[in-house]
Amino acid sequence: MELIWEGIKEAINLLVSGDPEVWEITLLSLKVSGLATLISLSIGLPLGTWLALSRFRGRQFSLSIINTGMALPPVVVGLWVSIFLWRSGPFGSLGLIYTPAAIVIAQTIIAAPVVTGLTAATLQQLDPRLQLQLLGLGASRTQMILALWREARLPLLAALMAAFGAVISEVGASMMVGGNIRHQTRVLTTATVLETSRGQFAMAIALGFILLFLAYVVNLSLTWIQQRGAK
Amino acid sequence: MDAPVLEVHDLCVKRDDRVILQAEHLQVYRGEVLAVIGPNGAGKSTLLLVLSRLLTPDRGQIQFNGQSVYELNEVVYRRKIGLVLQNPLLLNSSVFDNVATGLRFRRLPGNEVKRRADTWLNNLGIAHLRRQRAGTLSGGEAQRVSLARAFAIQPQVLLLDEPFSALDAPTRARLIEDFHELLAATSITTVFVTHDLDQALYLGDRVAVLLDGRLCQVGPPQEVFSAPANPDVAAFVGVETVIAGQVVSSQGGQIGIQADVLQLEAVGEVVVGREVFACLRPEDITLLPCGERAGSDPSPKSSARNRVAGHIKRMIPHGPLVKVVIECGFPVVALITRSSANEMELEEGSPILASFKASAVHLIPR
Repeated sequence: MELIWEGIKEAINLLVSGDPEVWEITLLSLKVSGLATLISLSIGLPLGTWLALSRFRGRQFSLSIINTGMALPPVVVGLWVSIFLWRSGPFGSLGLIYTPAAIVIAQTIIAAPVVTGLTAATLQQLDPRLQLQLLGLGASRTQMILALWREARLPLLAALMAAFGAVISEVGASMMVGGNIRHQTRVLTTATVLETSRGQFAMAIALGFILLFLAYVVNLSLTWIQQRGAK
Repeated sequence: MDAPVLEVHDLCVKRDDRVILQAEHLQVYRGEVLAVIGPNGAGKSTLLLVLSRLLTPDRGQIQFNGQSVYELNEVVYRRKIGLVLQNPLLLNSSVFDNVATGLRFRRLPGNEVKRRADTWLNNLGIAHLRRQRAGTLSGGEAQRVSLARAFAIQPQVLLLDEPFSALDAPTRARLIEDFHELLAATSITTVFVTHDLDQALYLGDRVAVLLDGRLCQVGPPQEVFSAPANPDVAAFVGVETVIAGQVVSSQGGQIGIQADVLQLEAVGEVVVGREVFACLRPEDITLLPCGERAGSDPSPKSSARNRVAGHIKRMIPHGPLVKVVIECGFPVVALITRSSANEMELEEGSPILASFKASAVHLIPR
């Protein structure tokens, strides 16, 4: 118990004193996971919409692949991104392995199926006649889709939260493709793993607190937007 | 009525190789209300979807103001019409925003959007709800919002798919009354789909009958209801007595028809020998009790040229009325008030005389 108590005290001290390394790790985590979530959104929202509204052969199979992708293990993603970005791999010449960009790529692969799958499920829940009604009121196809997104904004924001939650908390892929290099690719989750393995519990607890706090603040903001839209 | 705004030629829509809608020719004139009637599954909604270009027919041509709709840009065409579906399908936003939806799709300036939305909120008596969320409205209020949304875009043609069918009777009656006034005030060309004959009679300038996907008859309500084009239309519009017979005499517009052992009289111009269906509406039949209870005169003088004897097979209460099914060798259905039934002491099995005018008999060639 004393170990935990000491760790908590040290964590508060680190946070209050504004330790530069802690800040650096926190900002990098936010940047990398925020960017990965945004890219996932720009891929997943149109793709999920297309899957929900189109009728084509193989649509059900595509949806099942996307739904499977929602449970993609981060270490598997880390493994395949590593293979592709490895110096001798297909994209090795880009020199992305062990860079923040590699982490963004891996996290995007984790989050995109979440956004796509939840977008498709959300839009399929809407009354299909709503599309006809919107078009019948003179909407262009783009206006119709925007109106449907607006109509489904609450579950779509939940999809965004789920995607951000999935990437800010994953460690396997970030560790494998980022390498947890100090001042370069160290993010909150990989740093927590490292500090724990070194027995530096105070630092690990501090990082854990920050991770939780960050996830809470982001989700609080999105929940606020979501509930504002519900009124 | 002048030139047709919408004109349909040789329309055919199939689903899984089955024809679900077929219409050789249909015109919708400027300023008229065309009521499209038919039972569920007759193809009425399909017709509206085709007219609004939300469904492409397998064959056929639709002209809008003399131009093929398929030569027009889809969105441009749809912005000239307004569609109201059976359910209000409102968006999860305020009543005002819902009414403004179509106007915003057309990218009208904000002040014009506000002016038109406010006008139609007022016209439909829902101005006090303008800030309310659509999800909190009653069925009647929601349908008023849906109508205001369609009227606000000032369409050249308004297409309505059974907009009152999901409402309770008092709400429906009030809304139909208001809708009727708005149509009269705006003179918007309207195609109105319903399976309710009373609504069609009340709102329609002309009636089109769709049965099993086929456009069977188009004409003024009086004509369709009193002179149906075929036995199927007759059955749908409430002509409950259809008697098969053959024209045996025709002189000076008066026709004699042999139906089984009976001879009926009708008016019209049909050649002798022609096989026909004689159709009768139940409200055109008068009943006279016969037998011991009939009184002193078993055959009172009357202008009704047809009189058939039978016995009452069934009596079915029908609101303030009673539907009486009489067996006279063929079934004849009459509709009388409860008080008449009570005064005449009618009961199942009692003998009865059914009389009807020659002019009440509508003939359909077989």
